[in-house]
Amino acid sequence: MIAVEQLTVGDEVATASYRFTRDSLVRYAGASGDFNPIHYRDDVAVSVGLPGVLAHGMLTMGVAVQPVVEWIGDPGRVRGYQVKFTRPVLVDPSEGAEITVLAKVGAVIPEDQMARIDLTVTFNGDTVLGKAQVLVSLAPTA
Amino acid sequence: MAVNPDIVGRSCEPTEPYAVGREKVREFARAVMATSPIHTDVGAARAAGYTDIVAPPTFAVVVQEKTLAQLLAMPGANIDFSRVVHGSQDFTFTRPIVAGDELTAVLTVESVKSLAGNSMVTAVSQITDATGAHVVTATSTLVVRADDA
Repeated sequence: MIAVEQLTVGDEVATASYRFTRDSLVRYAGASGDFNPIHYRDDVAVSVGLPGVLAHGMLTMGVAVQPVVEWIGDPGRVRGYQVKFTRPVLVDPSEGAEITVLAKVGAVIPEDQMARIDLTVTFNGDTVLGKAQVLVSLAPTA
Repeated sequence: MAVNPDIVGRSCEPTEPYAVGREKVREFARAVMATSPIHTDVGAARAAGYTDIVAPPTFAVVVQEKTLAQLLAMPGANIDFSRVVHGSQDFTFTRPIVAGDELTAVLTVESVKSLAGNSMVTAVSQITDATGAHVVTATSTLVVRADDA
């Protein structure tokens, strides 16, 4: 188990890349119940002025926390998670889209045995989430 | 037309209880590319101290979504769904969601702001379990884009 005392602001704790395909979007639509057709139909996406089918923002948010969950080893230790959706992730029908997540320690809160992990999530060199922060509990298990 | 600022402070009726099923948790975990066995393996979840498999953090949106549907349909709110973009999202947990939970959500409109002709609506959904205990607060800011001039 990681102890809060071992962490320093700025430490890189995890990095990972994920490929979204159109299949990923259909799978997320079914799992989440978000069937907005801009996430699977090019004709609908174009008709509302988008360049093409976009990933669900909540799919990007849901995937981007995974490197942090793997690092702490227990999804139940996530006590807070917030993001701003700043840029869309355009998912090409054949190539898909690759997103990269870099997770660093943003703050250490020893009195609460917590740490804030800040995520940098990029697609095609641009960040797609703003103020992406995960609050994790590092309290020893009783 | 802009979103009606008079909806600030208004709350919706509690949603019907949502029964969190194991297979739904597994399906959602796969969809968000989660790898922890605590999401899928009951034995691993129990060894980690949970009563059943644990849902990924953003699974809370599945329960919150019922309240956002209420918000979009709120009489007099004047929220044009075709112009809504998800601006930001926050989850604050008392405990993780686990399979077997029966969850109810109550939405309250926290703020309505105008920015460059767009409306920003922030709604807070309190999600509680069958005993009435708090599980997670899900907060969304929806951006309702201005009408085409």
